[in-house]
Amino acid sequence: MNITINGQRHEVSEGTSVAGALESFGTPARGVAVALDGAVVPRDSWQRTTLHEDATVEVLTAVQGG
Amino acid sequence: MDDPLVIAGREFGSRLIMGTGGAASMTALEQALIASGTELTTVAMRRADAGGGTGVFDLLHRSGIDPLPNTAGCRSAAEAVLTAQLAREALATNWIKLEVVVDEQTLLPDPVELVDAAEQLVDQGFVVLAYTNDDPALASKLEQVGCAAVMPLGSPIGTGLGIRNTHNIEMICSRATVPVVLDAGIGTASDAALAMELGCDAVLLASAVTRASDPERMAAAMRSGVEAGRLAAQAGRIPRRYWAQASSPGRPLE
Repeated sequence: MNITINGQRHEVSEGTSVAGALESFGTPARGVAVALDGAVVPRDSWQRTTLHEDATVEVLTAVQGG
Repeated sequence: MDDPLVIAGREFGSRLIMGTGGAASMTALEQALIASGTELTTVAMRRADAGGGTGVFDLLHRSGIDPLPNTAGCRSAAEAVLTAQLAREALATNWIKLEVVVDEQTLLPDPVELVDAAEQLVDQGFVVLAYTNDDPALASKLEQVGCAAVMPLGSPIGTGLGIRNTHNIEMICSRATVPVVLDAGIGTASDAALAMELGCDAVLLASAVTRASDPERMAAAMRSGVEAGRLAAQAGRIPRRYWAQASSPGRPLE
């Protein structure tokens, strides 16, 4: 199935979790936060939250600014 | 701690909050942060690159400076609230510098969206430090909805134009019951000193240091400027007079 991570389309297998998607996307493990379809997914729910077709995932981290 | 800055019950020895934006390199940023003596520094939230680094995160961890995530770039309350929630999750802090701007050209706060976001975030348990216009009415409103600090601009972000409306900043300071942090527009150390003389509790700046020719030296200057301004505000300046008043008695040959 297809999902969107940070604006880019990715193909992942059915039943992929947030944690699995992050791993395949190659995001840093620390200092990031995830929103699924506009709602925050707490880190302790990454394993058990599975993605659906056309899910929109945003992965944010702290950068220089402000 | 002598004369600490207290925000939401937390004490800071330094009254200078530095931003991390605009630095040419991570090394230059680290040197400037250390020279500034800051204990709190802003970071922005952006999409993580695949395989990207965690540079600023590691730097703060190493230097022991606490991050103050911001909602820079947000144009609506909804966007700012989600960004704050993600920042809380990523950085394990419920402190947020709330910034909701109206357009790219002015980067001025959007008062309606700002108050809406502030109310929602306070309700969700955030410690909200609100970046606001130099408007005493709006500053009072933000205080009423529960912001832990109000942060009026001296002039638009990144302009280095200093404090354009000193009277408004003075009015905000004179009746605020939460700390007032002069945020944005500082160009040089005298601007930082002036902010403190007007009654501000702290100064937040980034570009004035990070984009200076010698950021480390400017950071030290800002630190001194903030300290000098604070001392002057507490010392009580002389009243302004129209005509001269000699400080020496009489004349030598009389």
